[in-house]
Amino acid sequence: MGDAVTVEQPAARLDGGIRSLIAPLSGFGPFIALLAACAYFTTQTDRFLTGPNLSLVLQQSMIVGVLAIGQTLIILTAGIDLSCGAVMALGSILMTRLAVVNGVNPYLAILLGIGVCVAFGVLNGGLITRVQLPPFIVTLGTLNIAFAITHIYSQNQTVTNVPDSMTYFGNTFQIGQTSITYGTVLMFILYLITWYVLRQNAVGRHVYAVGNNPEAARLSGINTSALLLGVYTVAGLFYGIAALLLVGRTNVGDPNAGQTENLASITAVVLGGTSLFGGRGRIMGTLVGVLIVGVFRNGLQLIGVDAVYQILVTGILVILAVTVDQFARRRQR
Amino acid sequence: MRSRFGSQRRLRYAGNARVLLALALLMSAFPFVTAMQPAAAQDEEIIVGLITKTETNPFFVSMREGAQAAADAAGVKLLTGAGAADVDNAGQTAALENMLAAGAQGIMITPGDTKAIVPAIQKARDAGVIVIALDTPTEPMEAVDALFATDNFKAGYLIGQYARAVMGDTEPIIATLDTSPGVSVSVLRHNGFLAGYGGADESAATPTADMSVFAEDSRVVCSQDGQGNEALSLTGMENCLQANPEINLVYTINEPAARGAYTALQAVGRENDVVIVSVDGGCTGVEDVKAGKIAATSQQYPLRMAQMGVDALVKAIKTGEVPSGYIDTGVTLITDEPVEGIESEDTTYGLENCWG
Repeated sequence: MGDAVTVEQPAARLDGGIRSLIAPLSGFGPFIALLAACAYFTTQTDRFLTGPNLSLVLQQSMIVGVLAIGQTLIILTAGIDLSCGAVMALGSILMTRLAVVNGVNPYLAILLGIGVCVAFGVLNGGLITRVQLPPFIVTLGTLNIAFAITHIYSQNQTVTNVPDSMTYFGNTFQIGQTSITYGTVLMFILYLITWYVLRQNAVGRHVYAVGNNPEAARLSGINTSALLLGVYTVAGLFYGIAALLLVGRTNVGDPNAGQTENLASITAVVLGGTSLFGGRGRIMGTLVGVLIVGVFRNGLQLIGVDAVYQILVTGILVILAVTVDQFARRRQR
Repeated sequence: MRSRFGSQRRLRYAGNARVLLALALLMSAFPFVTAMQPAAAQDEEIIVGLITKTETNPFFVSMREGAQAAADAAGVKLLTGAGAADVDNAGQTAALENMLAAGAQGIMITPGDTKAIVPAIQKARDAGVIVIALDTPTEPMEAVDALFATDNFKAGYLIGQYARAVMGDTEPIIATLDTSPGVSVSVLRHNGFLAGYGGADESAATPTADMSVFAEDSRVVCSQDGQGNEALSLTGMENCLQANPEINLVYTINEPAARGAYTALQAVGRENDVVIVSVDGGCTGVEDVKAGKIAATSQQYPLRMAQMGVDALVKAIKTGEVPSGYIDTGVTLITDEPVEGIESEDTTYGLENCWG
């Protein structure tokens, strides 16, 4: 009886509709922190709260933002993925090299690039579920493998002259004085889709259930292996999309990309209030987490503070976020 | 049912407590951040930016100090930024964009990825910002308004020439300690060294000439990548010595790498049998030349680079005269054992002009 209640709780919080979209946006720490940061920077410089600048922050956040969707799904299952940036870099190098060096049709090249990211997702998921290896170790291994393959395959050459069809998501459209990047719009759409699936769909509830208590989830009939494999594969798909956004934003295929994004995506998830122990967290929280980092980096640069302080502030915020999460966890028991 | 309500109340309580705690702790961080910020900018103030590869490499720290001094002297505001790693294109791109948003009219950059940064630089130049590359040329070089740099090929060439003169008739067994594959500064110095050792024509040396013809030399028995970092270069040298205990000449990308090589040689008792040459001319490195650990080093001048960069930007912003082309910021061979026919300065000069 007690076990059934524990499994019920995360599902019970997921009552549907707009309320569960609004709820994380009102009365939750991460969003308040984001607003406070924006308010602070607005008082310090009149360049912050302008359309173009805010659009810039979104643009700078979109790649980590999409990576963080996959990372959130994985962390919700009490896993972790250290390889996301490296896999994304591999995908971007593959698609650009195929198109530029081998003359492959750009759309096919994009599919293949995303495909290799999905393949790595399957690899991660497979090793975790079939061979029963811890996610931390597996993804640490695939991080190095993906990194090495990227450098060997690209021969350390940055790929330039990428065809325009590949850089579509870096293009912008105008709303008044502000240019908005298509990639930013895609990022928001992906967040909404993921939110919907996690809230309104049985699969979404299963993700929370497996993260919260895998044994109870298995006993209540959820195929935990299949679910985990699915989560890592879908995450791989998101990494592939992030690779396409990366190509769109930078207009090159860069073998050195993605190195800081591995930890940046985890930081965003943690700042957004998702627990590293699995089973609790909101996808919209991750979006807020991504924006917090982006706002700080942009804001601190605008007021002329050395970039190293942005790293310091991020570190402090991460510890704050985890502390608050632990505090809330203890209250819940 | 009852327990469900109770837990929901507890959740709300926990939610409120979370909000308050987060807010309180965040607010307490703000005075800390405020205390760090410089005086607020005036609207007419000239703003220039400097983006280095990393925050922490002493070479870039010196560059920043030189830029700050020049900016203070000229009465302009300096913004600084960097990547998180030696080649962090995303970080440098973001810094570039943010500086643009902050109103910088001129930006100096040491590009990490010399090709990938070009689109971002182009966007900046399209917006009317003057962009100067420092230390490392972009690919293509014309992607920036001007390049203020050491002639890295010449830096390698000088020590190569010197090494050849010093080795005399001894058959060279050469090891090279580089940074990592594809880093242009590393490639230029490496090829310059081999060109100088091989006696190639110095007039062929320009920052962007294709010198890959020199990359293969059968006398190089071992090449390791040490990221220009002492610990990793030490490991690289140890590996080289394992495979080729008779190495008698070591080219190193910079002085920390040279120190790593020296330590490895000390461990096998051969530190006096091997000639080590290097590039950089940092103060610690020149001390190593004085102590006899490094035979010769090519000194470069990051402070001068940054100073010239700031002055050129300020002049361009005020008068519209934009710098162009490649401006050589100078390189000097520093050694206490000069060789006939090769121009050099001693370590006293080196210490007077060193950086870091």
